[in-house]
Amino acid sequence: MFELLGTSLPSRLLLGTAQYPSPAILADAVKASGTSVVTVSLRREMAGGRAGEKFWSLIRALGTRILPNTAGCHSVKEAVTTANMAREVFGTSWIKVEVIGNQDTLQPDVFGLVEAARILCEDGFTVFPYTTDDLGVAERLLDAGCKVLMPWCAPIGSALGPVNIMALRSMRGHFPGVPLIVDAGLGRPSHATTVMELGFDGVLLNTAVARAADPVGMARAFGKAVEAGREAYSSGMLEPRDVAAPSTPTIGRAVFS
Amino acid sequence: MKLMVNGEAHEIAATTLAELLAALDYEGEWLATAVNSDLVHRANRAEFRLSDGDRIEILSPMQGG
Repeated sequence: MFELLGTSLPSRLLLGTAQYPSPAILADAVKASGTSVVTVSLRREMAGGRAGEKFWSLIRALGTRILPNTAGCHSVKEAVTTANMAREVFGTSWIKVEVIGNQDTLQPDVFGLVEAARILCEDGFTVFPYTTDDLGVAERLLDAGCKVLMPWCAPIGSALGPVNIMALRSMRGHFPGVPLIVDAGLGRPSHATTVMELGFDGVLLNTAVARAADPVGMARAFGKAVEAGREAYSSGMLEPRDVAAPSTPTIGRAVFS
Repeated sequence: MKLMVNGEAHEIAATTLAELLAALDYEGEWLATAVNSDLVHRANRAEFRLSDGDRIEILSPMQGG
């Protein structure tokens, strides 16, 4: 069981809900992954369309915890207003705060992020900040009231995996008591295992599952990969070494010459 | 009066946010509303008086990552 901010979660995998081939495949993927938290967004409703109602019914039927996001926001004001609207619609104070700073990389605007986080934390939100792996920014986010950090490991949707292992390892080392969830950039289950082996508390991903040839199978694979990485981290891994060390005992070795 | 609703211009006779939602066939508990970039709570829509030129956003749950 994963204890996250006073909430017990059966899984350390958090899954996005966008880009699936169909609502049915989304639902099956969520179930196959074992995730207990799904991310959702808010968008303009079409008059009389009721698309939001259908999607919301589907999500509620999954029985998972909801983590709304402020995806697409480029300013503090946009993010704060979107967060407030999300709290009213989804009935949760959890909010994944994104303030995008660069349209090509979707890199967060960390200055706006810290400001939005401070406003929202003071207003009673539990802020999950989509941030970089910068330790100084992480400190500011914690000072602003964040209890969890969500560093990217590569640009959103890039599938590159952890491109700066050293930075992630450094972040884990600097904030031993803070829940750290890698968000964005994962491409394959081994990437998830790698960050979990570093001691991260969870991963959040979307595209790698939703755009797979078989999203349900990939969701299941990611669920196992996250578990494997966590169990490996908890079990204590060997440190690599530059020279060989025989695994078979040398004592009692036959001598034929 | 002239209003911008989800980015589109409308000429509306409604005077409150609740009347606007009814007039344009927006209904449901899953909707969130903002006027001029500030949230207007569901409970306050009936009393919230609109002004000419207001920008209204009506949002609902959508896929996200």
